[in-house]
Amino acid sequence: VWPLLALAGILLFNLIYDYRFFAIRINEGHLDGNLINVLKNGSAVMLLSLGMTMVIATAGIDLSVGSVMAIAGAMAGVLIARPDYAQLSSINVHGNLLLILFFALGASMLVGVANGLLVALLDIQPIVATLVMMIAGRGIAELITNGQRPTFDTIMPASFGFLGRGFFLWLPFPITIALGMSLITGLLTRGTALGLFLESIGNNATASRYAGVNARVMKIVAYIWCALCAGMAGLIGTSNLAYSDVNKLGLNMELDAILAAAIGGASLAGGRFSLAGSLIGALVIQSLTTTIASLGVSSDVSMVVKAGVVVLVCLLQSEKFRSKVTSLVRS
Amino acid sequence: VAAYLGTRQRLPLVATSLVCIILYAIACGMYANFSSASNFINFFRNNAVMGIAAVGMTFVVLQGGIDLSVASLVACGSISIAMLIDHSHLNPLLAIAIVVIAATLVGAFMGCLIHFFDLPPFLVTLGGLFFYRGLGLLINEGRVDLYSNAFYHALSNVPLHLGTLRVSNALPIYLFFGTLIVGVYISLMTSFGRTVYAIGGSETSASLMGLPVGRTKILVYALSGFCSALAAVAFTIDSSSGDSSAQIGMELYAIAAVVVGGTLLSGGVGQVSGTLLGVMIFGIIQAILNFQGNLSAAWTKIAVGILLLAFVLLQKLIQPRRASW
Repeated sequence: VWPLLALAGILLFNLIYDYRFFAIRINEGHLDGNLINVLKNGSAVMLLSLGMTMVIATAGIDLSVGSVMAIAGAMAGVLIARPDYAQLSSINVHGNLLLILFFALGASMLVGVANGLLVALLDIQPIVATLVMMIAGRGIAELITNGQRPTFDTIMPASFGFLGRGFFLWLPFPITIALGMSLITGLLTRGTALGLFLESIGNNATASRYAGVNARVMKIVAYIWCALCAGMAGLIGTSNLAYSDVNKLGLNMELDAILAAAIGGASLAGGRFSLAGSLIGALVIQSLTTTIASLGVSSDVSMVVKAGVVVLVCLLQSEKFRSKVTSLVRS
Repeated sequence: VAAYLGTRQRLPLVATSLVCIILYAIACGMYANFSSASNFINFFRNNAVMGIAAVGMTFVVLQGGIDLSVASLVACGSISIAMLIDHSHLNPLLAIAIVVIAATLVGAFMGCLIHFFDLPPFLVTLGGLFFYRGLGLLINEGRVDLYSNAFYHALSNVPLHLGTLRVSNALPIYLFFGTLIVGVYISLMTSFGRTVYAIGGSETSASLMGLPVGRTKILVYALSGFCSALAAVAFTIDSSSGDSSAQIGMELYAIAAVVVGGTLLSGGVGQVSGTLLGVMIFGIIQAILNFQGNLSAAWTKIAVGILLLAFVLLQKLIQPRRASW
């Protein structure tokens, strides 16, 4: 309930301050407006928070998602901008969206596999294991692009441009991707027992292993899914920019994704998660940013506000804090 | 000697020292002039800011926590100092004192949140990361130069004499080693230091033993804030400026240096002196890439990642035996 209240609060503020925030107009045959922008710009964090939520449910954490975004972007950029790279034997990768997706998302998922193996098989603390991939990942992305910045503004295949700039049902396509992935993730976790397994691992890995849950495989799946979501977010970002920015793409996004999951009610200690909550959490973060931007205040304020939100969310979720407040109210 | 080196507490440190020496020896063999004193000094010169923050981080990690706010604090602190001097025309020493005290208090506040409300340190200090970065950018969105300030001019001209070698702008190096020595002293010789280890080992046992758990936890985050503020001072001296967008992501390198230095992220095991080795290994890797010349900076990141992984695996090898006792 808390995340919904927070979102409603931000929207209410906008309603009072300037109702035009809600205006949705039709621009060149598709919808436009602040609300649409919140959804569009928030789609990357929404995607990241989906995978992050699954990882957090297993009592893990994935710091590498920002780097995975950079890797996916670098892969796509090189395949599009460097025909000499893209000429794999006789297949021309350039312009073949499926192959670009295959290589970019495949590379992302490899990082996920590595994370999963480190955490599940070698029993390394998730924060360290993914820190390794976070630091090395940007290096790998830089190696892929050979330290250059593949720019393909003019030669971008329409199909790839569609990922970040296209429109589907009058809505920007990134929204469609984020919602589609949410639906799939939701079906996978709540439609099957997968979600329950993830939560049981987060609650008590030993007990769930005795109950017959293959904790290792589950954890690896969670990390791969997380990397897949991150790869998609990276492709959207790269398509939007029309160049691969190895250093900036996805920078600090892992923190936003973790924050979104925490706002959404996932416990960082594992065992509890809500996909819908995380999505709302992502939207809370994005609408905060957009609201502050539309107020005409420097965007730097949004970071300070975000800090306040983090602390507030933590406090609301803390048992100790709640009991103290209730005892205060009663007395 | 073998008994001394063989204790579980020191084994990671011994391994780190070995890696450090082997790396250095290989590099000296491969490149002429690598063994020169000036190159050795450069290991610390290039990493003094990160190293000072890493000393504070070591205490937080030993206690079983984590502090993500250090890099933002360095940026925010440096721009605050620069603005206080350049715009408010405060005495530089006063400006530095204000920033150091403020950072220590904010650190203590984060510690209070973590202790009194049982909040995850990761999220609270993430809030600190956003807060400091935003505050720094609000104060000034960019760089403020301090070249014209006479006091800073003098500070940045403090040399280091090593035999015939003279290194200029060496104050950050002194600051790093000063912080390190004080840190080693606190961790080994004071009751505060031993309490940090005890809480990292097991918070429940520590409180059952009657140790001041709450006070120590709060102090640890205050100490980290203090060290990061010192790092901010080192940054302003090193670059003769304040920069609100500096050092992005440095907190994770500081954590990496702590881990490479043999400190377990689960808390309770490690040495502050190990962080010196962690920082030095960083410096050696950077220097190797510099000497090699044809390798891109990408390899620094990959090498650091691989080393980090290797150390964590090594610690894993040591840990199970500890648990089976």
